[in-house]
Amino acid sequence: MKSALAVIFGLVFLALPFFVKSNYFLSIFIVIGIYTLVVEGLGILMGYAGQVSFGQAAFFGIGGYAVAILTTRFHWGTVTALVAAMVLPAVVAALIGRPTLKLREVYLALATLAFGLLVHTFFNEGRELTGGPSGMTGIPYLAFGDLVFNRDFKFFYLVWALVLLVFLGVRNLGRSRVGRAMRAIRESELAAEANGIDTSLIKLQAFIFSAFLAGLAGGVYAYYVTFISPSPFGFHMSIQFVLMAVIGGLGTIWGPVLGVGLVVALSEVLKWLIPKLLPSAGGEYQIVFFGIILILVMIFKPEGLSHGWRRKAPAAEEGAGRLKATAT
Amino acid sequence: MPSLDQLLQYLFSGLTLGAIYALIALALVMTYNITGILNMAQGEFVALGALTACSLYTAGLPALLCFFLAVLVTAAVGGLVERLAINPARDASPLSLIIITIGVSISLRGLALLIWGTDPHSLPAFTRGGPLQVLGAAVNTQSLWIFGLVVVTVAGLFAFMERTYWGKAVRACVVNRTAARLMGINPYLLSFLAFIASGAMGAAAGIFITPVTLATYDMGFMLGLKGFVAAVLGGINNIGGAIVGGFLLGLLEIFGAGLVSSGFKDAVAMIVLIAVLLVRPEGILGMVTGRKV
Repeated sequence: MKSALAVIFGLVFLALPFFVKSNYFLSIFIVIGIYTLVVEGLGILMGYAGQVSFGQAAFFGIGGYAVAILTTRFHWGTVTALVAAMVLPAVVAALIGRPTLKLREVYLALATLAFGLLVHTFFNEGRELTGGPSGMTGIPYLAFGDLVFNRDFKFFYLVWALVLLVFLGVRNLGRSRVGRAMRAIRESELAAEANGIDTSLIKLQAFIFSAFLAGLAGGVYAYYVTFISPSPFGFHMSIQFVLMAVIGGLGTIWGPVLGVGLVVALSEVLKWLIPKLLPSAGGEYQIVFFGIILILVMIFKPEGLSHGWRRKAPAAEEGAGRLKATAT
Repeated sequence: MPSLDQLLQYLFSGLTLGAIYALIALALVMTYNITGILNMAQGEFVALGALTACSLYTAGLPALLCFFLAVLVTAAVGGLVERLAINPARDASPLSLIIITIGVSISLRGLALLIWGTDPHSLPAFTRGGPLQVLGAAVNTQSLWIFGLVVVTVAGLFAFMERTYWGKAVRACVVNRTAARLMGINPYLLSFLAFIASGAMGAAAGIFITPVTLATYDMGFMLGLKGFVAAVLGGINNIGGAIVGGFLLGLLEIFGAGLVSSGFKDAVAMIVLIAVLLVRPEGILGMVTGRKV
């Protein structure tokens, strides 16, 4: 029954581009897909391994800039540039991960935040390479041989195929030895270590994996908008990724899609609604609502929304303990 | 190589900036040690205080009244934040609490944007007259006010900690929260008071720098972050460390911007933060505790 529902849902979803003729809605689904890639990775790091990153937008940006710089300045093929967009953030994560992940809780939060800001400063100031605050234009379309991703509906399928692959990967990871080791670290790092788990290695692997996915998403993003500038890769984006991961629910496969979908939908609705209610308001006023939602979710449902309707009692209990467990 | 009076100029600017960082770090360290919460909304208190004072001053109120009213309003906001957002989640993990304070920070920034818009607001300098000349370098009179504020705040805090019952309760809480609770000290009341006090301290800092830097709705984020860097640099469980860290960071930033490149001014703080966290996470003056960070 459940799988039948999933299949029907999947088919309807795949047929979407045929009856959604508006490019606006299609582009929203593409953006949701791209963010989902990042948040799935962050979900592994936060929900499975119990570590936090307030600098995920930096990896997203490194992936995007890798594509932009390699294709326009060095004339790499679009596919090899996309591979580089995944590998480069992973390498950066591997380099900074070991010393950074030794830190706990608030210190880890601060260190990743500082890393994110540092990378963002580099995007702004490294003019010769990144084009500075005004960014870079002329990124070519992604092309596999004759298949050129130059239309929104092609991108829709590309992005959601990638999301599907990541879903399968995350599901398998959750059931594997590494996934179990990650959850053990989340519950108690000391106990995990006592049971022979190489905690620093597993945490590093989770960090690298999250950077890899963020880089992939960044590369795809660059090919989608064919223009890049530092503004989407700043601190507010890192926070938004954490918000999406937390709202959707940590440690689940569906949590990230749910979180991303809700945040993107809410942000679009607010963009449309607020000018009607408060005509004088200007700027990113919708952040008020994100802040309030974040507070409410953390107070009333710290395990996230996707824990709500399924396996209620045990899941809620286990989930509620999740963020708490990382405390001690 | 810059000339001697240029270096001297950097020194004074660095100390002024550092004084502000020290004040913010002081509020952060106080809250952290009492409640265990790293308050990411501290910078927003600074912005809120400064902007409120600007509005009151524009409305024609006398300057001194503006100052006290703005401090009161921000202190009330601090208390409100604690009751509405922190207290209901008091049993959550430090990580959840950080995320909550980030939520508070985002909400307050959005609120400030709605109320004050994106334009910068200003206050006149507290005293008229041009800058003082010290050995060929110009010292803004407002800088002297800022130093004065630091001295008064530190002295006040010291007197409070050493001379009053509540100060003793705070110190007990810092040493061991559970033991303090067993002795009949209410940690939730202290947490409430800590947020009120950090609201007031943030507002005072914001009002004092507004004549130099102007006040905008988004000034808080970077200031709050620099406060963290200063606090971590000095040692997060040490009040003296917050002050040393603040001045050190101010000097590093101004000399870094002056001698290398101004575009990387904010990056200096981040590099310092990462370096300190990796090399000596307990800070320069921090106590080495058994607990790993």
